[in-house]
Amino acid sequence: MNKFHVIATSVALAAAFTTSAYAGARFDAIKAKGFVQCGVSTGLPGFSMADDKGSWSGLDVDVCRAAAAAMFGDASKVKYSPLTAKERFTALQSGEIDILSRNTTWTLTRDSSLGLNFAGVNYYDGQGFMVTKKLGVKSALELDGASFCIQAGTTTELNLADYFRANKMSYTPITYDSSDETAKAFDAGRCDALTSDQSQLYALRIKLGNPDGAVVLPEIISKEPLGPVVAQGDDEWFNLVKWSLYAMLNAEELGITSANVDEMKSSKDPNVLRLLGAEGIKGKGLGVADEWAYSIVKQVGNYGEAFERNVGMGSPLKIARGQNALWNKGGIQYAPPIR
Amino acid sequence: MAVDQNTDAVPAKAALWRRPAFRATVFQILLVLGLVAFGYYLFQNTLHNLQLRGISTGFGFLSYEAGFGILQSLIEFDETHTYGRTFLVGLLNTLLIAGLGIFFATIIGFVMGVARLSKNWLIAKIATVYIETFRNIPLLLQIMFWYFAILQPLPGPRQSLSFNDSVFLNNRGFYLPGPVFGEGFNIVFAAIVIAIVAVIFLARWARKRQEDTGQQFHTVYASLAILFGLPLIVFFIMGSPLSWEYPALKGFNFKGGIVVIPELIALLVALSIYTGAFIAEAVRSGILAVSHGQTEAAYALGIRPGVTLRMVIIPQALRVIIPQLTSQYLNLTKNSSLATAVGYPDLVAVFAGTTLNQTGQAVEVIAMTMGVYLTISLTISMFMNWYNKRKQLVER
Amino acid sequence: MSIHTPHPDLPPPVTSVGAIGWLRNNLFSSPLNTAFTLFALYLLYETVPPLIDWAFISANWSGDTREVCDANPSGACWAFVRVRFDQFMYGFYPESEYWRINLAIGLLVALMVPLFIQKFTRKGLLAAFILIAYPIIALQLFAGGNFGLESVETSKWGGLTLTLILSAVGIVASLPLGIVLALGRRSNMPIVKSVSVVFIEFWRGVPLITVLFMASVMLPLFLPEGTHFDKLLRAMIGIALFQSAYMAEVVRGGLQAIPKGQYEAAEALGLSYWKSMGLIILPQALKMVIPGIVNTFIALFKDTTLVLIIGLFDLLAMIQTAFNDTNWLGFSIEGYVFAALIFWVFCFSMSRYSQALERKLHTGHAR
Repeated sequence: MNKFHVIATSVALAAAFTTSAYAGARFDAIKAKGFVQCGVSTGLPGFSMADDKGSWSGLDVDVCRAAAAAMFGDASKVKYSPLTAKERFTALQSGEIDILSRNTTWTLTRDSSLGLNFAGVNYYDGQGFMVTKKLGVKSALELDGASFCIQAGTTTELNLADYFRANKMSYTPITYDSSDETAKAFDAGRCDALTSDQSQLYALRIKLGNPDGAVVLPEIISKEPLGPVVAQGDDEWFNLVKWSLYAMLNAEELGITSANVDEMKSSKDPNVLRLLGAEGIKGKGLGVADEWAYSIVKQVGNYGEAFERNVGMGSPLKIARGQNALWNKGGIQYAPPIR
Repeated sequence: MAVDQNTDAVPAKAALWRRPAFRATVFQILLVLGLVAFGYYLFQNTLHNLQLRGISTGFGFLSYEAGFGILQSLIEFDETHTYGRTFLVGLLNTLLIAGLGIFFATIIGFVMGVARLSKNWLIAKIATVYIETFRNIPLLLQIMFWYFAILQPLPGPRQSLSFNDSVFLNNRGFYLPGPVFGEGFNIVFAAIVIAIVAVIFLARWARKRQEDTGQQFHTVYASLAILFGLPLIVFFIMGSPLSWEYPALKGFNFKGGIVVIPELIALLVALSIYTGAFIAEAVRSGILAVSHGQTEAAYALGIRPGVTLRMVIIPQALRVIIPQLTSQYLNLTKNSSLATAVGYPDLVAVFAGTTLNQTGQAVEVIAMTMGVYLTISLTISMFMNWYNKRKQLVER
Repeated sequence: MSIHTPHPDLPPPVTSVGAIGWLRNNLFSSPLNTAFTLFALYLLYETVPPLIDWAFISANWSGDTREVCDANPSGACWAFVRVRFDQFMYGFYPESEYWRINLAIGLLVALMVPLFIQKFTRKGLLAAFILIAYPIIALQLFAGGNFGLESVETSKWGGLTLTLILSAVGIVASLPLGIVLALGRRSNMPIVKSVSVVFIEFWRGVPLITVLFMASVMLPLFLPEGTHFDKLLRAMIGIALFQSAYMAEVVRGGLQAIPKGQYEAAEALGLSYWKSMGLIILPQALKMVIPGIVNTFIALFKDTTLVLIIGLFDLLAMIQTAFNDTNWLGFSIEGYVFAALIFWVFCFSMSRYSQALERKLHTGHAR
């Protein structure tokens, strides 16, 4: 008798935790449940990081917020799932999350054989090295025989091996499960250099005991375009995420910011009017409200704002725009036009 | 009348579905069907999901080039070797930590177990405090404590703690001089083997003589003499064909000699201390299980305390200790998988961690990893069953 | 004729009674023992006073910033633990909702108290309530969403609360499965028996961490397309399956300890298998294995720390996270010592309880 109660309880428990199976397109399912489930890192300053109250912020987080703003007109309709590097793709494949926005590198294998779609690039990155100033190393080529702290299961591990093989140098890899551990080990002097995507190096540097004692070397040994990922099989949702990101880029290009977006509504520029949903295709193509891009810019800001706020000069990371400047400002961030 | 007839007759056989044997058969058939259906359901789901995600199945990935390096490897390994080889490297590292852990945990456990029963109040209390403290703190916490709080804050290579300029300790590891075997060392090695064989024969002869004549022979001293004397003599005759390579600071790190990485040290210290506390309890309960009358009887026969412990108490205590000891060894081996928390490249960290991530072959990789631990477990429990049977036969 | 008056008894030599006698017997009975004692005393002298000084006398208890601790580096920095205390206990749970956790735990404690009162007679009923109704109440409190409570997603659960939830769920969920498996293993039906044996030996043979990996990476593959479980629930499933194998072995121990006469008597009364088990055997067996269950609970309680490897924030993970706070770098020893102390208090008191229980129950028919 007891047993049945226990079973009943466990079923009740299970039901409480399980979100029911999606029928049909994910787009409709997200609309129905009323929020976007966003897969983020377990804590990377500038990209996705929870403060001590548990609220999330960062450049990657802003992509999810933009998608929610486009979908619901409310950027706060996002729930976050912190994921380890190991779980991130499984979580997306199984439908546990709707977007994976977790500094994930776009590669052929991931795009083609894991059932994923990369919806653009929100940060152009490359793998670099960080060393202590004391070491007196100016270039990565002087690091023959050094030991490196790396995060396990990343492209970083493979790039490092390739780089040292190509330059006929030897190295010792010291692999940890999380980026936090790599930073801690580097701080303690367990390894000579920390290697990761450059953006991450800057993010990890502020976690060191003495951030000024460490320098990021100029070499970049790989291309790491980081971007939001969705599961294959729902083009509507894929499009929405893709264009949420493009809307942020286009807004910056057109000079629309969260501060002036209301004034811009009365602009004479047809490009601006199309973006803000006053003219042209509006929200129909994406299946959302006409003011979708207005909500994004109003609540999340344009790409430049998000960059400055989270990783740029207005943040502890102080990363220069560099490659991530717009195409007409010397960078390679380029969004297709909204028309 | 009809009623009478019925009562006189042999009771009718119970209906088919009321017979226990029939019920049991039906129940088991249903169970098997249920399990098969459940298994098939999972299998189909998995296949479907894998296909949907374009993940290929099978073990073909094992022959692909791995493309990443591993911190510590007992066999030759670099990034050009295959994923299959990463499995082997991880497995050997697991066996290494398990072997070392078992060795040290056994020593700590026996010493502490006996100490807890010591007549010396202070020693007994210290042993009790040790056991009760370390048994009740999670192993993972202990591993992290040793690694992050004790070993990482050690000074760097340039400020190493050094002993006699040949042994160094810093946050990159523990550096020892490594032996370099010169020409002719294999003859010394042969001498060691011969000495061991000789000692075995000597022990047999001595026991036989004691059984036949009652005369005792000082096997221990003679054995020590043979074990050390013979190889040493050969060693000097061959002109000392052994030199030591001392670790020295070259470039970024120490080079040469033997290096014990801090990940290994932290894991080993934590595993030995934690499991040692459990083994100590096993030893204590084993010794307490031997009736005090045995000791008194031995004393009454005039047997000295040391011999009593060795020949009377321990053989009987072992019967209780060994099964518990085996299960602790098993636990230690399984617990060594916590290596992944501090980056020691064991099977779980290397194969179920990095390899799984790089290939995405979750099902195959996890199955292989679990298979290894299952094999180890089953082997050890088979040994235990064999041992128990053997002990039972000796029992009278 | 003188009457013989015996001398009054001499007092025993001072060396064999009182403090000196005790010292002689227990510490200095032989040269070897003396050497041991002196060695131990030296060790204690070297370790204990500095430890006490570090942990108590020179320790920094107050202050909200690290400056206090930097000013006095020879003592422990308990201010670090104090500042982070709420997070260690509640994880990322919203501060305004802490009362829900407090209430749930307070309720559990209040419900448990009568179980330890000798005179209370309805223990079975209460235990059933704790095992069945309480989890539902607690779930409502923790997760919210109903009765006007704000919904709190599981990714915000953490700290000691999560440690307690995981171990409680593990033990409650594994008990019924463990009983079924134990009965299966002792069954006369060959297939039932072998299925149980294979299941039990499989889970006992693999490390928990691979089980957790399996739960977090492989479980989603087993489910039909589009279905998914919360990460916390996946971990719970893994832990419950793993734990049920250990529970089965504990229960089996109890079943074996019941004298054969009980089984035969139940059969002679014409009771069916389930009735004889449910009414005669299991009540006796389960009572007998309570200490064993407490022991597996202790093991599970310690093992829940492993969930940090799959990215859940239990007590240990929260402490690890706190080390990353740039304002408080370098106080890892304090954090670990604090965590160790909490785990130790829980585990040690439970093991003492189980030992006491064992002594109390040993009067029965255990052989």
